[in-house]
Amino acid sequence: MKKQKKLFALTAGLLTIALALSACGGTPASTPGSQSAAAPSGGGDTAEPVTITYCNFNASGGKEEVLQQMYEAFHEEYPNITVEIETIGFDDYFTQMQTRVAGGTAPDCYELNIENFSAYANKGVLAEITGVDLGRIDETALNAFNVGGKQYGLPGNFSNVVLIYNKDLFDQAQVDYPTADWTQEDVQAAAEAIRALGDDIFGYYQPVTYNEFYKVAAQYGGSLLNEDGTAFTINSEANVKAAQMMVDRVLESNVQPTEVQMGGMGDWDLFMSGRLGMIPTGIWAFSSFAEGCDFAWDIAVEPGADQKATAFFSNACVINADSPNKEAAATWITWLCSSDAAAQLRIDSGWDLPAINDEAALATYLDQTPPDNRQAVFDSLDYLVLPPTIEDYALMSDIIGQKLAAAAAGSMTAQQALDEAQAECEAQITLG
Amino acid sequence: MTVPSKARGRLRAGGLRSALPFLVPSFAGMLVFSLVPLVISGFISLTDWNGLDELLAPGMLAEHFVGLDNFRAILTSKEFWQVLGNTCRYIVLYIPCMLAASLAVASLLSQSRRGVTAFRVIYYVPVLTSWVAASLIWKSVLSPQYGALNNLLALVGIQGPGWLLDEAWAMPAIVLVSVWKDMGFFGLILLSGMIGIDKGYYEAASLDGAGPWARFWRITLPLMTPAIFYVLIVSLINSFQLFPQIMIMTDGGPNGATQVMVERIYKYGFRYYRMGYAAAFSWILFAIIMLCTFVQMKGQERWVNYDS
Repeated sequence: MKKQKKLFALTAGLLTIALALSACGGTPASTPGSQSAAAPSGGGDTAEPVTITYCNFNASGGKEEVLQQMYEAFHEEYPNITVEIETIGFDDYFTQMQTRVAGGTAPDCYELNIENFSAYANKGVLAEITGVDLGRIDETALNAFNVGGKQYGLPGNFSNVVLIYNKDLFDQAQVDYPTADWTQEDVQAAAEAIRALGDDIFGYYQPVTYNEFYKVAAQYGGSLLNEDGTAFTINSEANVKAAQMMVDRVLESNVQPTEVQMGGMGDWDLFMSGRLGMIPTGIWAFSSFAEGCDFAWDIAVEPGADQKATAFFSNACVINADSPNKEAAATWITWLCSSDAAAQLRIDSGWDLPAINDEAALATYLDQTPPDNRQAVFDSLDYLVLPPTIEDYALMSDIIGQKLAAAAAGSMTAQQALDEAQAECEAQITLG
Repeated sequence: MTVPSKARGRLRAGGLRSALPFLVPSFAGMLVFSLVPLVISGFISLTDWNGLDELLAPGMLAEHFVGLDNFRAILTSKEFWQVLGNTCRYIVLYIPCMLAASLAVASLLSQSRRGVTAFRVIYYVPVLTSWVAASLIWKSVLSPQYGALNNLLALVGIQGPGWLLDEAWAMPAIVLVSVWKDMGFFGLILLSGMIGIDKGYYEAASLDGAGPWARFWRITLPLMTPAIFYVLIVSLINSFQLFPQIMIMTDGGPNGATQVMVERIYKYGFRYYRMGYAAAFSWILFAIIMLCTFVQMKGQERWVNYDS
C-alpha cells in the first residue's frame, strides 16, 4: 500500500515534468549547421537537394498564400531547393529574430525592416550577398541595403510616398490641383485656402516625425549626418529651416491639426472623412483610400523646396552569416525580389511594388485606378532619399522624433528641439 | 501529540521523499526560468553584448567584457536620473491615491447596503481586464477633444487638460488609470484585513460613545495596518516595474515625460540592441527595489500593529 503510494507520487511527478517540458518545447529542433555543411548547394540544375528556412513578417495578416504561390513557382524552377517558410506577425517578429540570431538558431534567410537592418548589418550577423545577378533590381533600393560597399540585403518590396489630395476640397476652395512642380510654398497657399473652408477642415497633414523630417530636411538641402557619415549635423541651418516650416504649419497657420485637434484620430481616417485637403503618404494607402473615400482624389509627386526629395520604404531580405546554405538562400531571395513571376504575383494581389527596374513588368500596376495619375509613383523614383544606415538607427530616430514632437506641441522651439537632439545623439551614439 | 519522536522523524523523511517528485517540476521551472537567467543577466551586465552575437561563442567574454562600465555610464547619465525622477513622481502620486481608493472600496464592500452586490461584481472587473485592452480604452477616454473624460468635465464647466499629450498631465493620467485598475485588487486585500477585526472592539467603543469616524481612525485603521503594510510593499514594487500602460498609452512621451525604468530597459535591450546596458539597468532597478523594501521592512516596527 505504502509502496504503491510512493510509486504513484513518483509517476505523477514525472508526468508533470514531462508536461512542463513539452509545453515549452514549441520550437522545432531544426538546428541547421551540423549535418548539411558538406553539401555545396546551388541554383537550379546543380547538385543535391537542399532545404532552407525563410522567415518573414510582411506576408502576415493576409498575404501568406501569395507568398506560398511565389514559392511554388520558385520550386518549379529550382526543384532542388526546398524553402520552409515561416511567417510571424510583426509585433513578435523582431524580439523573436533577436533571440534566434543570438541563440544560433536563426533561419538561413529572413526579412528585416530598415531600422533593424542597420543594426544587424553593422553587428556582423548577416552574410554578404554574392554570386547572384542583381541587375534587375532597382538601384536606389539596392543601395539602401549596401553597407560599406557590401550588399547585405535585397529589397523585397518597395513603397514610396506621393502627395494624395482631395479633389473635391480643391474645387470648393477654387485652387488648382497640385502638379509635379509644386513647392512647399504652393502647398502652403492651397492649404490655407482649404483650411478657410471650415473650422474642422484642414489643409495638409505631414506628421512632425522622424520619417517625415529627414525627407523635408533633404528638400531644403539638409541631412542628419555629414557627408562621410562621421558626425551628426542634426541642428544645421537647413534642418532647422525645415523643422520650423513643419512646426509652423501646426502652430502658426494651423493648416495642419495639432495632436489635440486630431484627438487620437488617425491621419488616414482624417483624409477619408473628407476633412483634409492633402496628405503626403505611402502608396500602400491606395487600396484603403479607394475603398474608404466617397469623394474624388488623385496623386502628384510630392512637393519639394530647394529640391525634391521623397521617402522610400523597403524591407530587406537577408542571409544569416552562419547559414551553411548561403548559395541556395541567395538564389531564393534573389528570385523572390527580382523574378517576373514573383513581381507579377505581388502586383496582382495588390500587396506592394516589387523593387525592380523593369517598367514593362510594372505596367499592370499603372492600369489600376484610382488614382488616375498612378504614373506619379514612378516619377517620384527620381527623387528618393535614403535614411542613413547607422548602427544605432533606432536610437537616433527615437531621439529626433521625441524632440520634434515636443516642438510640434509647442513646448520648445524648432531650434531648441534640434539642438537638444544633436546633443543627445552625440552623447549616446558613436558613429563608425 | 502522542507520536513518539523517532516515528515522527521517519514520517518527515518519508514525507519529503514522496513530496520530492511534486517539488521537482516547480523547482526545475524556477531554476531554468529564474535562477539561471538571473546569473546570466548578471554576467551580461558586465559586457557590452548587443543581444545579437552568440552569447556562448568562444572569445565572447574576452571581447565584450567591460567590467562596471555599464553601471558607471548609467549612474552618470542625465537620462537615468530623469527616469528615476519620473518613476518617483508616479509613486508619490500613485500610492496615496491607490490607498485611498482601495480603502474606499474595502469599506464599501464591508457594508451590507443595497447595491453592494452589484458593486462587488463591478469593482473587480478592471483587475481582470488585460492591461492592453484597458490602456487602449483609456487612451480614447483621455483624448483631449473627443474623449469621454474631458467631455464630462466640460459639462461642469471645466476645460480638461491634454492628458497624455501634455508633458505635465501625462503622468497623472497614467496614475489615474493605474489606480482604476489596481484598486479592486488591493481593496480586496484591505477588506480581508478589515473583516478580520474582532467585533468586540467596536461594541466596546460604541459603549464608550465613539462615533463612526472615531471608530474608523482609532480601531479599524490601526488594526488593519498589517494589510496596509502588505499593500504598500507590493504596490511599491509594482510601481518601480511600471510598464505596459506606459508602452501602450504614451510610449514614454510626450518629450520623455513618462519614460520609466522598465520602459528604458526594454528599449535598450530590444530596440537599441544594447543588451549589456539594459542588463545593468535592470540590476540597478533590482537594487533600488531591494533598498526600498528593506527600508519599509525596518520602518514597519514603528507603525504596523499585529495585536489584532
